[in-house]
Amino acid sequence: MAFVLDFEKPIVELEKKIEELKAAAEAGNIELEDEIKRLTQKVEKLRKEIYQNLTRWQRVQLARHPDRPYTLDYISQIFTDWVEFHGDRLFADDPAVVAGFAKLDGETFTIVGHQKGRTTKEKLERNFGMPHPEGYRKAMRIMKLGAKFGRPVISFVDTPGAFPGIGAEERGQALAIAENIRDMAVLPVPIIVVVTGEGGSGGALAIGVGDVVLMLEHAIYSVISPEGCASILWRDAKYAPDAAEALKLTAPDLLELGVIDEIIPEPPGGAHRDLKLTAERIKKAIKKHYSRLKKVSPDKLIRKRIEKYGKMGIYKEE
Amino acid sequence: MVLDAGRIFCYYLFMRWFVRKEKGIKSKEKKPIPDGVWVKCDSCGEILYRKELEKNLWVCPRCSYHFRISHKKYLEMLLDEGTFKEKDGNLAPVDFLKFKDYPKKIEKSMKNTGLKDAIICGEGKIEGMDVEICVMDFKFIGGSMGSVVGEKVKRAIYRAKERKVPLIIVNASGGARMQEGILSLMQMAKTASALNLLAEEKVPYISILTNPTTAGVMASYASLGDAVIAEPGALLGFAGPRVIQQTIKQELPPGFQRSEFMLKHGMIDMIVERKNLKKTVVTLLRHFLNK
Repeated sequence: MAFVLDFEKPIVELEKKIEELKAAAEAGNIELEDEIKRLTQKVEKLRKEIYQNLTRWQRVQLARHPDRPYTLDYISQIFTDWVEFHGDRLFADDPAVVAGFAKLDGETFTIVGHQKGRTTKEKLERNFGMPHPEGYRKAMRIMKLGAKFGRPVISFVDTPGAFPGIGAEERGQALAIAENIRDMAVLPVPIIVVVTGEGGSGGALAIGVGDVVLMLEHAIYSVISPEGCASILWRDAKYAPDAAEALKLTAPDLLELGVIDEIIPEPPGGAHRDLKLTAERIKKAIKKHYSRLKKVSPDKLIRKRIEKYGKMGIYKEE
Repeated sequence: MVLDAGRIFCYYLFMRWFVRKEKGIKSKEKKPIPDGVWVKCDSCGEILYRKELEKNLWVCPRCSYHFRISHKKYLEMLLDEGTFKEKDGNLAPVDFLKFKDYPKKIEKSMKNTGLKDAIICGEGKIEGMDVEICVMDFKFIGGSMGSVVGEKVKRAIYRAKERKVPLIIVNASGGARMQEGILSLMQMAKTASALNLLAEEKVPYISILTNPTTAGVMASYASLGDAVIAEPGALLGFAGPRVIQQTIKQELPPGFQRSEFMLKHGMIDMIVERKNLKKTVVTLLRHFLNK
């Protein structure tokens, strides 16, 4: 593992010790099986303890983990025949968003998603997964192209937010997001959204309107980043952990509020510990929901989708 | 680093400071102004006679600065006298996240505005034409959109659709309301998706942008009018200037994100001075309805 979070450390240290013991046992033909077994049990117990009691801030850190799988990682695991499309036909191609087509069980899906970079160079190229308007417009263009051929949409959400910059404002960041939300609501094909990492506010919602919204266990989804919230509330971003608690931005929180439909459990230690298993679970969930949604007529899909969002919110009538 | 989209309402103070600095007004000039008679222009510093200013629809006669005005003033200005009938005035916010100081903020805003949340909606007439109208009030927690604002906008859209009468929304908002968390964000989807139904029925929707209209509101219904009109000098955009500056670590160009900038970049249809607002809305409605 390239990067270890503070609360991952005790686990990683124990795992290292087990590896050492195993190596020693092999090299010196020493009988260490009992000790290895004891430590393995210990590490499982510790992992359970830590991951069952994660604070919201710890989940934020997991959602942003540098080793966390990104959209293209999932695409390559779940689908075949991936073809990426580029450009919004208006201004540019935005590498912070990927869009294209791929197959799952012989059927073609439109796929859109935020894309973060792994290395420093890639991170810069992908603008840390923060799209410009052209990224959103590309995604919508490909979703509409796919809909022309009746292709359902899978959208992977993982962004700190839409990019706040001069060019983004000049080219209508707000308008691009607004239009995407409006147009996704009436796209005449099933849309399944999977929040895999960070659901950064409007920048996430701009490709996040769907019939079904799934969320990985340690993903987050929020109206504002904990840092942004903290700097408004306490005038200091260092109170982000408190803000994360206040914002209730974890998958269980969102399930309770009726914003998402299902939580996809992550492997022990988080998605980055086992990409294959995580992807397998996402695939299973997509197939399950798609088999139901594909039987629904486009008119009914759209009506239900607008109704679903129409019901969200808590208020009182006095 | 704040990288957020659901930008909230804290730009108000910054904006005022920005305007003053731009015009080179020094704070040393502060003189006590007797309450109620004289008003100092936020932009050029001119001391103005309140009654005159009121008559001029709260637009500075010297520099044309558009003062922020209440929802009541917009209703008076736009609608034929005595035609407004409020709808959904009974909807009130709930502190379901138990968020820091939220009930206090609600209470204070209720007192300041006489509203239960940051928007007033209802039906009325403009030059005899029936309309559904919503007016946001920035004084209610920065005009932020939580569940109540989203629900009231949605209901206004549905009423406009049922009655087949045009919808007019006067916007003033810093964005989604942080204190209602993710459900505030979902109000963007609630309102923007419902607008499709209005388009289906070919019912016109005019969006009027006042100072400021940003973030979650700008990134949903405010941007989606059949006509998008802005008052002069309004701060319009997605991210707030402070966030952009912190992110890119560069000076922002003069006039950045103001109405004039947005017009130049093709993001709004027109800038209309307050005194011409009603006349413009009427002309647009007559065009859309071919009346």
